[in-house]
Amino acid sequence: MKVLVAVKRVVDYNVKVRPKSDGTGVDLNNVKMAINPFCEIAIEEAVRLKEKGVVTEIVAVSIGPKVCQEQIRTALALGADRGILIETDVEVQPLAIAKLLKAVVDKEEPKMVILGKQAIDGDNNQTGQMLAALSGMSQGTFASEVVVEGDSVTVTREVDSGSQVVKLALPAVVTTDLRLNEPRYASLPNIMKAKKKPLDTMTPEELGVEVTPRVTTLKVEPPAERQAGVKVADVAELVDKLKNEAKVI
Amino acid sequence: MSILILAEHDNASIKGATLNTVAAAKAIGGDIVVLVAGEGCGAAAEAAAKIDGVSKVLVADNAAYGHQLAENVSLLVAELGKDYGYILAPATTNGKNTLPRAAALLDVAQISEIISVESADTFKRPIYAGNVIATVQSSDSIKVITVRTTAFDAVAAEGGSASVEAVGSAHDAGNSSYVREEVAKSDRPELTAASIVVSGGRGMQNGDNFAMLYSLADKLGAAVGASRAAVDAGFVPNDMQVGQTGKIVAPGLYIAVGISGAIQHLAGMKDSKVIVAINKDEDAPIFQVADYGLVADLFDAVPELNSSL
Ligand SMILES: Cc1cc2nc3c(=O)[nH]c(=O)nc-3n(C[C@H](O)[C@H](O)[C@H](O)COP(=O)(O)OP(=O)(O)OC[C@H]3O[C@@H](n4cnc5c(N)ncnc54)[C@H](O)[C@@H]3O)c2cc1C
Ligand SMILES: Cc1cc2nc3c(=O)[nH]c(=O)nc-3n(C[C@H](O)[C@H](O)[C@H](O)COP(=O)(O)OP(=O)(O)OC[C@H]3O[C@@H](n4cnc5c(N)ncnc54)[C@H](O)[C@@H]3O)c2cc1C
Repeated sequence: MKVLVAVKRVVDYNVKVRPKSDGTGVDLNNVKMAINPFCEIAIEEAVRLKEKGVVTEIVAVSIGPKVCQEQIRTALALGADRGILIETDVEVQPLAIAKLLKAVVDKEEPKMVILGKQAIDGDNNQTGQMLAALSGMSQGTFASEVVVEGDSVTVTREVDSGSQVVKLALPAVVTTDLRLNEPRYASLPNIMKAKKKPLDTMTPEELGVEVTPRVTTLKVEPPAERQAGVKVADVAELVDKLKNEAKVI
Repeated sequence: MSILILAEHDNASIKGATLNTVAAAKAIGGDIVVLVAGEGCGAAAEAAAKIDGVSKVLVADNAAYGHQLAENVSLLVAELGKDYGYILAPATTNGKNTLPRAAALLDVAQISEIISVESADTFKRPIYAGNVIATVQSSDSIKVITVRTTAFDAVAAEGGSASVEAVGSAHDAGNSSYVREEVAKSDRPELTAASIVVSGGRGMQNGDNFAMLYSLADKLGAAVGASRAAVDAGFVPNDMQVGQTGKIVAPGLYIAVGISGAIQHLAGMKDSKVIVAINKDEDAPIFQVADYGLVADLFDAVPELNSSL
């Protein structure tokens, strides 16, 4: 079966992002960019399913400016077979991303679409669920285990109370949680090979999808700073401060 | 404009997160209607009717909603939600699973995890692991919103007397089914609602050593949390993870033990009122947010703390 994986280009997770001083946006000059960690887990899962013989083809899709090719190439080096870039310089919001991915799903007819549960920049945690709604697919969100059997997939989900197992008819959308797998590193030979793998580019217009934002960011600002605290010498002083100063125990 | 709230419940009772969501709805202003979708959920509906500020409770009691599968509940929310100006749910795993699906069915955006209501169409929400707060304005006719529960003080669970109305529509998408659930059983308070949280990180070394934190927590009436490193290493289950991609907590007191203070962890706890850090590395970033920092070996400090309480 064919699997589609959505990969997003985001600021590297080690970078502490700051708003610009005029509040118009986030300072992304010379900041290191990478594949969203949850999307790396999504690719890894697809590759493992391919190694098990369940999956025959992996298509990696990214939406954004031309430079997103870098993240698609990384996905190809990790084991995806071909890439699709939907090129746009507009900041595309989750509903529009989901519509674009649906257009790709309609063309490619994958049995499963794997996405990250959330992107670590926008922190929206929406796109997979929206894609599932628009394409009428079942959804296994926040997955920590994915088992394909015949025409269904059993997904273990990380939920607030513990874990939940659901059985979904294929085609299905799966979004990854941290414990699903530990992504591999791309080897040098695979990075070289990835350069020769096919990468198609299309535009939202070609797919006939309207991407106008519904939500406008008016301003961005840093969160409230915490007052600097103190170091206590020992446990006795800590207990005393908590009892008599902070009055929290 | 009326506000529809998708209740967080377990059929028998209403979860606290619903009360924080009603508080956010009050900040928006308007008629507040709570939807209880489940199976055998009459008791939860009765409880919802008593919540302060709620004018009506809609109950969809049907096998299709038994395990609150997103495929089915989103169809119900999209059908009922058409007539509302706002659809809200708490940003729990349940709310996050179902609400974006309903939003897409209605062809509207979702605004995730709001922390404040600025006006009828403008909200604040954290992005980049809480390092940036964005003020966003929605142009959609129906505003679909998840609410960060720690940012809104819960309304009273008692005092209201809303009418309860059954809604008949049974939507079964037929493409998903519930298999089983593993619920972590604990007599301690719920992590996201506790007034004191004790969390352990990789410094705990193994799951057995968490026993120290459990006994400390029991003395303090606290819940126990963990860093991602502790969960990934298998010390404790995933539902204990605090952080950007785990649970968000904001207790009166947060005690971080053997946790370095990575931005992803801070994102889940830095709105706590008082933060205590116990770490043997005096340069650990956790000390930058700690009100009281104790540079010590946790295997000395925690037992001592335990015996002095
Ligand atoms: C400061 C700031 C201001 C912004 N202002 C605007 C604005 O004014 N207008 C605007 O339209 N947008 C704006 N954005 C962008 C927008 O808020 C989100 O970043 C974007 O919509 C995607 O949300 P998400 O990645 O958090 O979605 P999530 O739902 O968290 O993403 C989940 C998964 O969906 C998939 N996915 C998401 N995006 C892509 C993609 N591009 N390509 C491939 N797969 C993807 C990935 O698998 C990802 O793991 C702004 C962002 C920031 C940080
Ligand atoms: C996409 C993504 C999402 C993430 N989401 C989360 C999240 O939601 N929550 C989260 O917590 N992390 C998250 N992380 C991981 C995060 O980046 C850190 O790796 C993690 O928080 C580290 O956990 P830790 O502090 O327990 O471990 P470490 O960083 O290894 O720190 C252990 C600390 O224990 C101290 N220590 C060791 N032994 C002792 C002792 N005997 N006495 C006293 N102190 C001792 C050390 O000095 C050290 O400071 C995420 C990462 C990514 C990439």
